[in-house]
Amino acid sequence: MTNPIILLRGQEVPNIHQYDVYVQHGGYQGLKKALGMSPDEVINEVKNSGLRGRGGAGFPAGVKWSFIPKNEPVKYVTVNADESETGTFKDRLIMETNPHQLIEGALICAYAIQAKAVYIYLRGEFWDVAHQLDQCIEDARKDGWVGKNIGGGNFSCEVYTHLGAGAYICGEESALLNSLEGKLGQPRVRPPFPAQKGGGLYGEPTVVNNVETIANVPWIMVNGAAEYKKIGTEQSAGTKLYCVSGHVKKPGVYELPFTATFRELLYDICGGPSVEGRNFKALLPSGGSGPIVHLNDQVLDTRMSYEDTAKIGTIIGSASLIVMDDSVDITWVASKVTKFFKHESCGKCTPCREGTYWLDKVIDRILAGEGRPEDVKLIENVAKNMAGITLCALGEFAANPIIHTIKNFPDDFNQHVAKKAETKPVPAKKLAAAGD
Amino acid sequence: MAIINNDKYTQRINWHLSKYPDKRSAVMPLLYIAQEEYGWVSPEGINEVAQLCDMDPTQVKSIAGFYTMYSEKPKGKYWLQVCNDLACALRGADEFHHDLLHHLGIEEGGTTDDGLFTVEHVMCLAACDKAPMLQCNFHFMENLDMAKMKAWIEEKRAELEKENS
Repeated sequence: MTNPIILLRGQEVPNIHQYDVYVQHGGYQGLKKALGMSPDEVINEVKNSGLRGRGGAGFPAGVKWSFIPKNEPVKYVTVNADESETGTFKDRLIMETNPHQLIEGALICAYAIQAKAVYIYLRGEFWDVAHQLDQCIEDARKDGWVGKNIGGGNFSCEVYTHLGAGAYICGEESALLNSLEGKLGQPRVRPPFPAQKGGGLYGEPTVVNNVETIANVPWIMVNGAAEYKKIGTEQSAGTKLYCVSGHVKKPGVYELPFTATFRELLYDICGGPSVEGRNFKALLPSGGSGPIVHLNDQVLDTRMSYEDTAKIGTIIGSASLIVMDDSVDITWVASKVTKFFKHESCGKCTPCREGTYWLDKVIDRILAGEGRPEDVKLIENVAKNMAGITLCALGEFAANPIIHTIKNFPDDFNQHVAKKAETKPVPAKKLAAAGD
Repeated sequence: MAIINNDKYTQRINWHLSKYPDKRSAVMPLLYIAQEEYGWVSPEGINEVAQLCDMDPTQVKSIAGFYTMYSEKPKGKYWLQVCNDLACALRGADEFHHDLLHHLGIEEGGTTDDGLFTVEHVMCLAACDKAPMLQCNFHFMENLDMAKMKAWIEEKRAELEKENS
């Protein structure tokens, strides 16, 4: 059986990014169908499909939409295209190659909650992507899919892009809303949640969904929730874009149903370890923030779904698989990821701001061969005291790599503090120069 | 030099201001325009953006300082931001970053004497399968190695020489 293709559909069609070509291949039919239904029917269809948020948390999209109060006059949709998690590069692919499916999906969402406008928040580095999207929005407008009286009916909605400027934290939904309002991109205290009055964009009820989540919606409208639910597993409906980077022969973005295993992806599709004679050692299945695991047979034979990855002590999250072979020192991995979170901590909550700073300092000391045996316990302790006590999940994300690298690869740390480390992929001196 | 009452920018500024119910939301796109005009977010640029968005210049400065893509000092003509985050580093990005600095004879964050190149390392740029890679003035250059970079650098130096002659 060939794998179903939803998110990468149309990729084989030349110029599918152009409005006319997209329309010739069934584009905007999902929106047309939605406009013929009531907003509640659209929400129910998405609910019944089992579509879960693809940004990482996996919250059911239709349920999120149903939280929006119906009696509020002004509501918004914001699409999270901030894609900044280490190892994630799937949303960029959707927007670069088939941008209209995102615009169409966002408009279906906007109709379902009766939103006044859609803001697509892109990370600043997606400069070229945003300008292409602006053009696509104008092309769709000419045919009446954007702006006043969409599709000739009573529903009106604007679509805009907004470029961020280099801050991972703006992928956190409340920080994203602050950034869009022209404030510092720092998380808000919740409740009120974005879907509630007072919690969303300009205080109005707002749906925030990831690009990949929204890109599923036109397909669901055209083919129906029942067809969508047939794909994937019990708790993980549909397909997923898996981003594979690191030590495989063929890194890239691949679309697979949630029933696929790590082995199918990493061996059958990505061709196994990139260097002959090397074996897989470790896997970060969800970028820098998810728990690291040994890339052993048990993991390889696990299905890449929300529920199956939970059973092996990790998460599928945004499905950003960073693959490491046996040349890699996991202490160095912990250092790299910690430098990332230290740089990206917004500075609002003390445990995260100070914790990442000190974690980085102590890990640098360990890597330089100057660590004390008790330093491993020390960083584990600092990490455990950061998790779960900050306004947003970044505190936890920064703690995860430390807690799980030490738990799963203790020898990699102990070899440094025992002052007998011999193989390091990058000399410590060079790492220090690359640090900030 | 200014962005207010400058025909080059008027249309774009008005468009950004029209996108949002609150002018303050236009602060980020307008800071990009100021950076385009001045080469960095200069005090003049900050004041103009503040005026356009009905904000205090201090507030605008805090926004400019929060994000890495607004430059608070002048940069070289080509601002090279090299990703050496984990996924890229597994494919040689640390060595690439180091060799690029060495080749240009500058320190991390430094600019070459001819004012052409600034090199900085940055966090994940969402192009992990095409490492080593960098962002040059907001456009991606991917699947790089030092041979490609040296040729590209020579090309840019020759262009500068031609302009000066």
